[in-house]
This record gives sequence, structure tokens and C-alpha cells, in this order.
Amino acid sequence: MLEQLKPEIEAAVPGARLEIVTNPSVSGQHSLLIDAEHAVAVALFLRDSPRHRYDYCSNVTGIDWPPLEVSEKVKVKKLVDGVETEVDELRTTESGDYLEAVYHLYSMEKKHGPVILRMHTEDRAAHVHLPSLTPVWRSADFQEREIFDLFGIVFDGHPDLRRILMWEGFVDHPMRRDYVEPDDYEYEPTAHDEVLHRAQHTHGGAA
Amino acid sequence: MTTAVALPPGAQLTPTKGDSHLLEVSMGPQHPSTHGVFRMDVVLDGERVMKLKPVFGYLHRNHEKIAEHESYLGSMPYTDRLDYFCSLTNNWAYALAVETLAGIQVPERAEYLRVITAELTRLQNHASLIGFLMQDMGASGTPLMYAFREREKILDLFESLTGARMMCNYMRFGGCRVDLPAGWLEQAKKVVAEFPRFLDEYESLLARNEILMARTQGVGVLSKELAINAGVTGPMLRACGVNYDLRKVDKYGIYDRFSFRVPLGDHGDVYDRYMIRLLEMRESVKILEQALRDLPEGPVQDPKTKIRGFRPKPGEAYGRIEAPKGELGFYLISDGSPGPYRYRVRPPSLINLTILEDMCLGQNIADVVIILGSIDIVMGEVDR
Repeated sequence: MLEQLKPEIEAAVPGARLEIVTNPSVSGQHSLLIDAEHAVAVALFLRDSPRHRYDYCSNVTGIDWPPLEVSEKVKVKKLVDGVETEVDELRTTESGDYLEAVYHLYSMEKKHGPVILRMHTEDRAAHVHLPSLTPVWRSADFQEREIFDLFGIVFDGHPDLRRILMWEGFVDHPMRRDYVEPDDYEYEPTAHDEVLHRAQHTHGGAA
Repeated sequence: MTTAVALPPGAQLTPTKGDSHLLEVSMGPQHPSTHGVFRMDVVLDGERVMKLKPVFGYLHRNHEKIAEHESYLGSMPYTDRLDYFCSLTNNWAYALAVETLAGIQVPERAEYLRVITAELTRLQNHASLIGFLMQDMGASGTPLMYAFREREKILDLFESLTGARMMCNYMRFGGCRVDLPAGWLEQAKKVVAEFPRFLDEYESLLARNEILMARTQGVGVLSKELAINAGVTGPMLRACGVNYDLRKVDKYGIYDRFSFRVPLGDHGDVYDRYMIRLLEMRESVKILEQALRDLPEGPVQDPKTKIRGFRPKPGEAYGRIEAPKGELGFYLISDGSPGPYRYRVRPPSLINLTILEDMCLGQNIADVVIILGSIDIVMGEVDR
């Protein structure tokens, strides 16, 4: 189905770079990798095109892909002392090192779906910005906030991007694979001191 | 000299220009009407709500991270704790996602048992919800106890089947954990046969009650378009008149074998949401009657499925069901190891909260409690 959808999107959104990501599992839920630059235009097309009408964005989630080095032994033919022999060589391939946002789209009007959209950040540290799809589907509102909170993807264009499950002032992103839990959970800052201070100083300091 | 009043944390008085005063109130988190530890920062002009921001995370324990350190089976009992009113539907959604991921078949009898337990769950969830909603409206005690009396009968059934009243941990990939104990089917048929009597009683006592209608009709109206765009699901969505029930759309399990209707609302207000639940319970009773009648003999678990030491092939799957509160989905990514690489819960309670502010703006502060009550949230699922 994505094979037919892909050219349609490419025709409607000129310049969009799309890639079909095959899912090897028996579920057969393949997905469409879209580029951040044209993401909103692609989303709007999927939502508004009368043939597709993906008006319902069900599930939005993040995935952390830390850098992964896979080493494998490869047999290579080499000239050793003028004689061609087979030598084992260690080759490492690098993958990962990005954060991913996944959107599951369904159509309530046409009752079809899912179409799964994926977006990648450039890396996991400095370039973690992705365009927010909340202006297209409100249902992404809390879910993108949750990804921002737990994974650390910054959604540009989100109307109210704040932490949602962790408290304000928490620094790390717990759903990242390399997150290290603190030894001590005892201290959590509350607004108590600040409020007490305000109460003591706003009304003549007679608290 | 004025005496200073120590304000509770989070509250602040913000005087504005003119003679109107905006008052910022922190509703919750320790209040019975917030259905758990849930807080709303509300800005009021008199009694009118000008702004409302929900604050949660008090019950957050990073369910997803814990599950990513567990085996596939190890997360099954933990799904009970998401929406602790409906552990059996949580089990089903998770089992369905794993079965989609690994292509596991479920025996006939297990499919029927799933439908039976899930619809019983829906009955007790909706019954408690309308009880709580009446409680929120000030009908203190009695309507809730009427509902809890019925819920208790269903929980007794759960206890004799699974060993637990609420934390059932009943389903497995490829079936269910145990078969029915002796006499269970007769007892269940009796409970289901008596249930419409409770609904009639409840409806005759309350559906045309003047206070109920005055407090709920035209309150917290949600438009069809916004509901769809904001991903609202379940009875909340159908109260707006959108015909979208996953039991009909996806026909997961064996729902295509039962004849039942999908009740729809007209106005999308609190009254419609209340009535939708009553009507859905009647449809659930219909499904239960058919399922209990047609329950076939056979195994309840596919013996070929390896439950312990289960390692699905790499890939991903999203499985979703119509839970009593809305679309409950599980998104799993396998990397071939014994535990999921990514385990995501799509919580209907959390996403249905997105439009809480839109529904409350311009309403009275007393209506906020009813509007929140009509969404049907459970904090175990919102915060995860």
C-alpha cells in the first residue's frame, strides 16, 4: 500500500524525500521515513487529501537508537608476499546515533490505516530538533511533550513544549538507552520554599 | 495591617486591572474529585474558567522503561497496573500486540474467554464510572454504591477465574492462563441475566432526573471535528456522534461473530457521555449473552506457543483494542532478544485529557469536576 502512497505524496509535496522502511516481522506494518523539512506538508497532505483522509493520529512515540558498532569478520583476498591468499579482516559498520519519532495514522472517516510515519533527528546531542505535527493533529500534543520529556527530542512549532511526566527542573531524559538512574530519589524540589517566601513578603511580612 | 495568609503550594493571587480579578487556583492533586493524584491549574474570573492546564506525573514510574528491561511475559502482570479498573482489557491489548508481532494464533475457546472477560470488564468499568459521575455531581454515596454492588458481582467472577479481583494477569500470548473453574459459566450467565435489571433501575431513577439534566446537558460540549483531530477515542468520541468502535472497525479477536450496535451521541456534552455508557452496557450484555451461549470446548492456550523464553523475530507491531476508556494500543519493537527493544503504551486516558481545557473554558468551576469525571481517567494509565 505504501508503494502506491509514496508517489502520490511525492507528486503532492515536491521535494519530499521519502523512504519505505520495511518491517521484517509478520505484522507487515511497514512505515514511511519522511524528512523533517517537508514533514508538515506531508502530514497535511495525508490529513486533507480526500482519497486518504488520515484524520486521526493515534499513537506518537519516540525511539532512541544509540550509536551501534557491529563488527564482523569478512574473508578478503589479499596479496601476501606476492601470493593471493584469503585473510580474515574485521569490519565494523556503524549505525544508529539518532532519535526517532513514530506516528501511527488512521482514518476515522474512511476506516483504514495504519500509515506509519517516522522521522529521524541528525544525532542524539546537538541536533535533536524535529518539526511538531501538533498543528496538524492535536492528539500529538501531550504525546510530543512526553517524547520531549523522556527522550529529549525538541519539537519546533509545538504550542506548549514543557516536561509532562517528570517535574520542571529535571535534567535528563529517562527513556534514553544510556540513562543512568540516580542512587537517591529522596530529594525532589517542591514549590514550598518559594511560596512561603512569597507569602511572607507580599502582605507585609507577617506570616 | 493585613494579615498574610499562607497559600498552598502552587497557588497565587494575581490581581489584574479593572474591577475583575483573575484568581489562580490549583485544583488537586489530593482531592477525591480529581480521580487520583491529578492537578489542574485553573484561572478563574469569578466562577468562570478562563484557563486550565492539567498537571500530572505524580504516579509516573516509567512503566515503559521497566518493561524494556523485562521479558515479554514479565510485562504481562505489570499491564494490570496501567488502568487498574480494567486489567483484563490491558492484558488483551498487550497480548494482541505480541501476537501481531510474532504471528501467534489463538484457540477458539480462548478467543471467547477473552471476549467474555473483556465485556465483563467494560460492564464494571462503565457501571463504576456512572456511579463516580453521580458522586461528582453531589449525589453522594447511594448511586455509587448501587453501581459498586453490581461491580462486586463481576469482580467475584474475576476472582474465581483468575485468583485476583483487580490484578487479574489472565491472558497470555496465544491464549489465556487457565480454563474456567466448575460452575463459573452458570454464575456468569446469572450475573449477565440480572444486569439489565440494574440498568433499568438506574435509568428509571436517574436518566430523567432534573438535577442530572440541569448539571450535565450542554456542559462540556466537544465538537466532532475537534474530537477526531485530538485523537479522542472510546465512549467520549462516540458521544460526539463519531461512529468509530474498534470492535467494529478492526474486528479484532472474534468480534465479527456477535451482533451488537454502536450507540452514538448527538450533542457531545456530559449528558451524552453518561448515556453512552449506559447504552454501551446494554450492548455488552448482548455480546455476553451470545458469547456465553456459544462458548466452544477446547484448549485455552496454543500448546505450540513458547511463553517462557519467548523471542520474537526482529520487527515491530502496533496492536490496539477498544478498551472501556478508548483505544488502548501497545507498540512493540523486537530486536530478537528476550525482551522488547521498545515498548510503548498508547494510553486512552492521557490522550482524552488533551481537550480538557477546550471543554472547560467558559464553564463554571463546579462543572470542571463533572467534565473531568465524564472523560473517565485513571491515573495509573495517564502517568504510567
